[in-house]
Amino acid sequence: MDNEIIKVCGVWKSFGTHEVLRGVDLSVPEGRITTIIGKSGTGKSVLLKNIIGILKPDRGEIFFEGRDLTKMKNQELLELRRSMGYLFQDAALFDFMSVEENICFPLVEQLGLRDGGELRRRVARLLELVELPGIEKKYPSELSGGMRKRVGLARAIAVEPRIVLFDEPTTGLDPILAESIDQLIIRVNRELGMTCIVISHDIASIFSFTDRLALLYDGVIEFDGTPEEAKRSDHEILRQFISNSFRQIDSER
Amino acid sequence: MGFFEKIGLYLIKLFNNVKDFAVFLWECCRWMFIPPYRFGQIADHTERIGLQSIMIVAISTFTTGMILALQLVNIMRIFRAEIYAGAAVAMAMSRELAPVITAFVLVAKNGSSMTAEIGSMKVTEQIDAMETMAVSPLRYLVVPRIFASIFTFPALTAIANVVGVYGGYFISTKIMQVNAEAYLHMMYFLVDPDDIWTGLVKAVVFGFLVTVICCYHGLRTSGGAKGLGRRTTAAVVQSTITVLIADYFLTYFFINFCGM
Ligand SMILES: Nc1ncnc2c1ncn2[C@@H]1O[C@H](COP(=O)(O)OP(=O)(O)OP(=O)(O)O)[C@@H](O)[C@H]1O
Ligand SMILES: [Mg+2]
Repeated sequence: MDNEIIKVCGVWKSFGTHEVLRGVDLSVPEGRITTIIGKSGTGKSVLLKNIIGILKPDRGEIFFEGRDLTKMKNQELLELRRSMGYLFQDAALFDFMSVEENICFPLVEQLGLRDGGELRRRVARLLELVELPGIEKKYPSELSGGMRKRVGLARAIAVEPRIVLFDEPTTGLDPILAESIDQLIIRVNRELGMTCIVISHDIASIFSFTDRLALLYDGVIEFDGTPEEAKRSDHEILRQFISNSFRQIDSER
Repeated sequence: MGFFEKIGLYLIKLFNNVKDFAVFLWECCRWMFIPPYRFGQIADHTERIGLQSIMIVAISTFTTGMILALQLVNIMRIFRAEIYAGAAVAMAMSRELAPVITAFVLVAKNGSSMTAEIGSMKVTEQIDAMETMAVSPLRYLVVPRIFASIFTFPALTAIANVVGVYGGYFISTKIMQVNAEAYLHMMYFLVDPDDIWTGLVKAVVFGFLVTVICCYHGLRTSGGAKGLGRRTTAAVVQSTITVLIADYFLTYFFINFCGM
């Protein structure tokens, strides 16, 4: 059994009277790719935000290497975030900064890099990785949604954190680009050993590379296991999810 | 829900808001004393709050000085005391009008944009993004603005003093035909450096309070464009009122405890 780097225990989160998470349990093995699937609006993004500590759970604990994140002071949380990267669903690029400045932000603030040449090299390499070379001087408002997302991705992995949380990295990209982003996630996982947590609606392609699959449904994790287990499982909702996404592919062929 | 329950809930909400703001205020003060400082950002905001406001502050206070002189010379003529109008204009300007009008102009011009900028970053998750990269938004966005305001509010107030007094002088001597020499003589004789100091100290306090209030509302924005509009309005209204209330207490303090 792998080392679990993150463990979510009975997390509840509601907004007003709307209970979004209702006792989520999830453990994330270190150095693996864990994918969270679920209907739109079930709280996948909310779960990820709880894990990185932007949102605080109403109840429950979240452990990062055995330390309870929910009880940490702000300062400790800031420290801990140095080992996490986060790709927001809407990229959340700083709109008053150019692409280059956006990607430099974590490099300067977290790694303390100051050398201009070194920064430029790193930015160029990261933009190469997400297949957007040469857009350093552009501003987020000049980019398309898919481009913004890829810049956000470059920013999230810039400091090579130990864990990266990807909120729908391939949604809104064309299939070829989506494939190459999948490859990128596999690469940062296999080559750099980053633990990846991915939210995705693209179940068919996720199956080929994810190590674990978790289904969030109605505020709880209904299923958690390997893709093989998922395929064999007779869990009603999971079956629907899987068969629907594969049927879509079949009909496209 | 009964009437008293509603009042109770309202009071609880009010108390929580006040507590939230107090914590925010305390955090701002704390971060202000923790280096490193972001001089680039401070310079940037100083330019936006300061340099780009000189013209509008000058126009506002020049007009104020003119109006004040018009009224005072007119009234003081009744007692044949119009040569004192210069001193009266200068004192009123430096003690009250220059810092307060400068603050009002800056609330409208820069306070509102602080709320709008930070608020729109908040609703588009940029503030959250900053936190995920281990940078405190308070430190990155708020503290530089506070420092910039602490420098620029008094600097602009000083300019306002000069311009306002000149506006008064211009009207009194050129339009209302008051003897210029006597006018200036009484002004130099009666106006004290203390008059100017108190005004500048007030400006520093106003700058701090306005910035903290406007940034607070920006960071607490939620609910899209409508929420942002509500917060911007709240920030402007509360800053304006806070400036006046703070002005009263500062004046009271200076007069009773410093003899100024
Ligand atoms: N800040 C918030 N305030 C109030 N309600 C919220 C907030 N954030 C999320 N919600 C609610 O929580 C629920 C889950 O939202 P979430 O963004 O996590 O969905 P999701 O699973 O990521 O969906 P999608 O796949 O469409 O991104 C939604 O019903 C939403 O209305
Ligand atoms: Mg989402």
